[in-house]
Amino acid sequence: MDLIVFAILFVVGYFAGRWTEKRHYVSIREREEQLAGVLVFTNRFPPPSTTRVDSGLVAGSVVISEDFFKGVVAGLYSLVGGRIRSYESLLDRARREAVLRMKLEAQKLGSGMVINVKFQTFAIGGRNPGSIKGVEMLAYGTALSPVRH
Amino acid sequence: MLLSSLEVVPGRRVTKHLGLVQGSTVRAKHVGKDLFAGLKNIIGGELKAYTELLQESREEAVARMVKQAEATGANAVLNIRFATSSITQGAAEILAYGTAVTLE
Repeated sequence: MDLIVFAILFVVGYFAGRWTEKRHYVSIREREEQLAGVLVFTNRFPPPSTTRVDSGLVAGSVVISEDFFKGVVAGLYSLVGGRIRSYESLLDRARREAVLRMKLEAQKLGSGMVINVKFQTFAIGGRNPGSIKGVEMLAYGTALSPVRH
Repeated sequence: MLLSSLEVVPGRRVTKHLGLVQGSTVRAKHVGKDLFAGLKNIIGGELKAYTELLQESREEAVARMVKQAEATGANAVLNIRFATSSITQGAAEILAYGTAVTLE
């Protein structure tokens, strides 16, 4: 009985997870193109040519859940070692989504540049069995925008 | 109050350093949200309730940091950093910290 439930969850997780991921990637690519005008840097200091600009803190965060299939695959890989591709794409999605949300916030401030960007990853649920498993990604930086008067 | 993750403010000079300021909050989610998240854990996708929760917590942490900065008479907080840690299952601490300064 347990095995049947497991098999159903595994199959449902695989197809539903793949569908969700595909849809998310389509939306990410679309918005990345729309927000291409906002430049993102990890530089600690503004470009030397900068004279007087307004600066403000911007942040973007997202929590993305893994699906059942990804969880099982990762569990198997953690026995034998090696690359866990199912988690790589999960983190990639989360990071790009967080950057997009940060860019959107910067755009609302009328900024075209975000510098000193930092990332922070936080695993929700951790290793406790039966807990919700997901990853939180936070991207934050300083948006520089023309002085408004 | 100017908030920035930079060490400098372009075009403005720091006249006074007032030291470290911080704000933190510990939040837990309620069971209802967890039930829905359990379903999401099978099919994958964004956990919106969690995103909102952490977002709110971060805003709260920043607000507390700003309050502390205001108390010291600062008009800006520079070099802001965030940190998150899980305290127990289902509860997370969100910390925001930075340096309070006065700008000319």
